[in-house]
Amino acid sequence: MFKEFLYLLRKSGLNVSLTEWVSLMEALDKGLHDSGFTGFYHLCRCLLVKSEADFDCFDRCFLDYFKGIPSQQELSQELLEWLEKPNSPMGEFDEQQAELNAQLSQAEVEALFEERKYEQREQHNCGNYWIGTHGMSVFGNVGMSPNGIRVGGQSEYKRAFRVAGERRFRDFREDSTLDIRQFQSALRRLRQFSGLVDLPRTQFDVERTIQDTAQQGGMLKIRYKRPRENTVKLLLLMDSGGSMEYYSTLCSALFQAVSKSRHFRELKIYYFHNCIYTRLYNEPMIDPKSSVPSDWVLSNLSEDWKVVFVGDAQMSPRELEGSYQGHGEDGPRCGLDWLHLFHRKYPHTIWLNPGDRPDWGEEWSHSYDTIASLFPMFPLTVEGLEKGMKKLLTR
Amino acid sequence: MDKFKGSQDYVVSEELMRAVNIAMVLQKPLLLKGEPGTGKTMLAEAIAAALKKELMIWNIKSTTKAQDGLYVYDVVRRLYDSQFGGDSVDNIEKYVKLGKLGDAFTHREQAILLIDEIDKADLEFPNDLLWELDRMEFYIPETGRTVKAGQRPVVIITSNAEKELPDAFLRRCVFHYIEFPDKELMTQIIRVHFSNLDESLLTQALNAFYRIRQLPQIRKKPSTSEIIDWIQALIHEGADPGQIISELPYLGVLLKKNEDIDTLRRNWR
Repeated sequence: MFKEFLYLLRKSGLNVSLTEWVSLMEALDKGLHDSGFTGFYHLCRCLLVKSEADFDCFDRCFLDYFKGIPSQQELSQELLEWLEKPNSPMGEFDEQQAELNAQLSQAEVEALFEERKYEQREQHNCGNYWIGTHGMSVFGNVGMSPNGIRVGGQSEYKRAFRVAGERRFRDFREDSTLDIRQFQSALRRLRQFSGLVDLPRTQFDVERTIQDTAQQGGMLKIRYKRPRENTVKLLLLMDSGGSMEYYSTLCSALFQAVSKSRHFRELKIYYFHNCIYTRLYNEPMIDPKSSVPSDWVLSNLSEDWKVVFVGDAQMSPRELEGSYQGHGEDGPRCGLDWLHLFHRKYPHTIWLNPGDRPDWGEEWSHSYDTIASLFPMFPLTVEGLEKGMKKLLTR
Repeated sequence: MDKFKGSQDYVVSEELMRAVNIAMVLQKPLLLKGEPGTGKTMLAEAIAAALKKELMIWNIKSTTKAQDGLYVYDVVRRLYDSQFGGDSVDNIEKYVKLGKLGDAFTHREQAILLIDEIDKADLEFPNDLLWELDRMEFYIPETGRTVKAGQRPVVIITSNAEKELPDAFLRRCVFHYIEFPDKELMTQIIRVHFSNLDESLLTQALNAFYRIRQLPQIRKKPSTSEIIDWIQALIHEGADPGQIISELPYLGVLLKKNEDIDTLRRNWR
């Protein structure tokens, strides 16, 4: 039954498996759709779709398959606005018109509706012809016709086609191909367990209990040990703004994965623009009011911190090697100097790059090559992240 | 099989009701997602009350392990007993204490098991429960006993989407996303909590509430429990319904963040 629907869903990017499909068949067999189309729609949705982000995609497929309504034919925003009039007075009830309307079949109403959608140019309420509110026509909102199509407004009679047509879940779509979960799994690799962390002794220590008990001639001596804890401290430095805008979704996925990973002993995230200069910023907005001196980071975070740079490493040579205003006499003179300082202080550092090496213009590839020769560089993909994590652990 | 139709003090949407019944008939866990404050946890209580079954709640924390829900073998207790005598320690069964999942399996009647906020736990947590939730049984190696559910419990799992759940786990669940109630449903919900509510106060409060929720600048949107508290406050202090929208009295009940209150005051016309 509806096998093509399964393939349509899969083709549209919904990861529906056979397990779920079989469940659906079983549910249909047991009559869980309440022999109704709305029931069928809900049943399909709650068994086949597992994230509200995919509801919209599902709605479109459902419409496509069961109705053949192409999704381009959406209602214009204007039309919906005309219909947002829930509290105006009712038009007059016309018994004759009601009888006429009642005779129209569903197909006829649909056809008329399509027709009006193209004809209608302005707001019409309380009437019996146009799409409008409080009237006698067979379409619109808060109307008095015994049958017809609801357009806009809060739905009361949740008929399947219309509910799907509302596409209420549009806001939840996330057209990101990369899964945060995949990133998280990659980040999980970044752990070094140690029992030397300063934690209360809560774990039962079998070895020492046996040993001490034996030494006391069988008198039980319970021993506890400190639980093993991840010791990795991570410093994430992200390029923000400018050419990085293009990769913002990817970077935000990484950011979310990192900030949701609770297994790091310590985690700090700072932002920079293009290259590191005197200050590192707390927010991606690059606001000097909320920033820390780069010096402070270098002197306060010990060298066992693992550092991950995220950036496209593309900038003009001036931004990398030109001296910037206000640099100290013997301090770092340019962005590259700062990168060298980080390189010297933190032996475990990698650079994640969301973009590729630019093959046009030496000006751009120059900065890329310079940075890649300083830090091991990995592409910001799941695979690249995994490799990078390995690199951070092994050196 | 009993059908769930909502209960006296919990108003459900038709879709949710359907999802609950699908999960019960197919004997699959029901996974509920939704904004905080849409009554995910309350649902389990309502189902238990409506079907007159016992509710068991397993609250998940970041330190919870899947094993905790099955059983705990109290080794230390057994060691102490062996040393200080008393009862015989041969019976290991005595030291195996079932967790919430084990309790639900061995309950004499069908139970409702709520696994609350599953996303709080470790990334691997849901995967560790796959077999147990699928087969509704688990094995205790220490005693050689298999705990098997006589009556498969109705399992309800809630998630606040803090972490994504693994695919293999999702595939076994019936999924429902609880939307934020629209005005109409909200009116019903509020009426359940307050009988004899002044009509104009209700309309004004609802209008103000949904307008606040629509402001994009608000970081933490007020939810159902907040509007109920707010109306409680408005009634208690005898607020004038005509001034609710313009004055927004007791705003602190609705908005919990200082910056939200400030932005609201700036943007409210």
